[in-house]
Amino acid sequence: MAERCAVIGVGQTHHKAKRDDVSIAGLVREAAKMALADADLTWSDIDAVVIGKAPDMFEGNMMPEIYLAPALGAVGKPMFRVHTAGSVGGSTALVAAHLVSSGIHKRVLTVAYEKQSDSDAMWALSVPQPFAAPLLAGAGGYFAPHIRAYMRRSGAPDYIGRMVAVKDRKNAMRNPYAHLHLADIDMKMVEDSMMLWDPLRYLEACPSSDGAAAMVLAAEDAVSGNYPPAWVHGMAMRSEPTMFAGRDQINPQAGRDCSADVYRQAGVTNPREQFDCAEVYVPFSWYEPMWLENLGFCDLGDGWKLTESGATAFDGDIPWNASGGVLSSNPIGASGMLRFLEVAMQVRGQAGEHQVDGAKLALGQAYGGGSQFFSMWVVGSAKP
Amino acid sequence: MADETTDQGPVTTLATPIRLDFDFTPGVAQSKFLRGLERGEFHGQRCSVCGKVYVPSRGSCPTDGVPTTEDVLLGNAGTVTTYCVVNVPFAGQSIEIPYICAQILLDGANLSFMGLLQEIPTDQIRMGMRVEAVWVDESDLTPSLASVRYFRPNGEPDADYDTYKEYL
Repeated sequence: MAERCAVIGVGQTHHKAKRDDVSIAGLVREAAKMALADADLTWSDIDAVVIGKAPDMFEGNMMPEIYLAPALGAVGKPMFRVHTAGSVGGSTALVAAHLVSSGIHKRVLTVAYEKQSDSDAMWALSVPQPFAAPLLAGAGGYFAPHIRAYMRRSGAPDYIGRMVAVKDRKNAMRNPYAHLHLADIDMKMVEDSMMLWDPLRYLEACPSSDGAAAMVLAAEDAVSGNYPPAWVHGMAMRSEPTMFAGRDQINPQAGRDCSADVYRQAGVTNPREQFDCAEVYVPFSWYEPMWLENLGFCDLGDGWKLTESGATAFDGDIPWNASGGVLSSNPIGASGMLRFLEVAMQVRGQAGEHQVDGAKLALGQAYGGGSQFFSMWVVGSAKP
Repeated sequence: MADETTDQGPVTTLATPIRLDFDFTPGVAQSKFLRGLERGEFHGQRCSVCGKVYVPSRGSCPTDGVPTTEDVLLGNAGTVTTYCVVNVPFAGQSIEIPYICAQILLDGANLSFMGLLQEIPTDQIRMGMRVEAVWVDESDLTPSLASVRYFRPNGEPDADYDTYKEYL
């Protein structure tokens, strides 16, 4: 990285099933204004705006960046729209960070959102295609068979998924912005919830949320704000084809390559030891043990054992998704950025009740499509 | 004078249905696949570098980046590598729930595809189950996946996990 880049402001909406008090413009503005206030800046201090969201077909709103430019103070400034399916919130933050680290801009505002109550994501993800049978039933229908394959390959007991579902919802009780606040969540409640995509139950899946996330990224000589900056220590993206013979759908090569790259940049050789916490895109409970292995937090086949041991719980040695994660709030386009934003909050010491004590180095990860897009960053309280 | 539009409050939601009809140009490789379906057969293509057989073929090998030119006629039977049981309704759904959405690896192919599995209760499906395609009547065959009604168990013993584990 040529120039150091830091997160100096964060903002997010209260994620809810339906935010009918605001339009999409109102939603993104809410998060952006909060990020600007946190950075102690105003709209005129921003050099460029980078916005991301999941497929336009979700809300049926083609090229929303056109209509959102004035709402985000982007008139007369460079504006970029990013799209990489579910990982878009992460890759949007990375495009913004590249604009700073390359020395092109001093202060960049980055925003991501989804207004799922305006949309029908299940329908948009299940559009019949001429070269495939019309069987796909949303993201859950796509991922459930791979989860079954993981259970078979690793020999994991079936309650592991339920443990993740409970753990992340308990964490969400500490996060005032989380969509789901299920005070009574326990293993039984998850087990009693409806089987949607066998082996996945309702409470093992993420909710549909309206929400937005925003960050202000700055060069070293433009740092400002109410909290110490979160320095970017590494950033990487990878992609791979959806289908090729020999593709490992449980442990995708692109995810392994992406983490190897970002760890090399950040000098991380033992992720479980060196990271104080992580925010990882887990939209379906079983993706925690799967990504624990993919991200090298343990040996292959041992992800579920780490989850079972409590290591990833809020009081464990490597808390995953202390915010409640995607399982507790899923404004799809923003979900990846929330992972990146939450780890910045952790190393800045501004996570409130879900603050991991003394967090200094943390990993944010997002994935999207059919596990074919990955974006990651490592942020720390110390300068890289 | 009272402002009637203000008194009624904001309009919070407005449903605006969208309809999309599109034309699809299958290209050379997929045309072979679709013409095969019209004859009640599965046709794939083999990569000349890695030897893997793709069905349906997109005309090139994603791993080696070369055109796939060797046509391969595949069998009517295959193995369920993994599956899920769909029990969630959504707009535009064309199959009655619950239904089994299976990843099926046709004999001779190196890539599984998604298929509907029927003629078996949803709680009896297994990974490794051997299945066969059930086609529509000959007079109803078209160059489309609608020619395959569904897959069903073909009565053979389950495939050993080791024979399909690399396709998960």
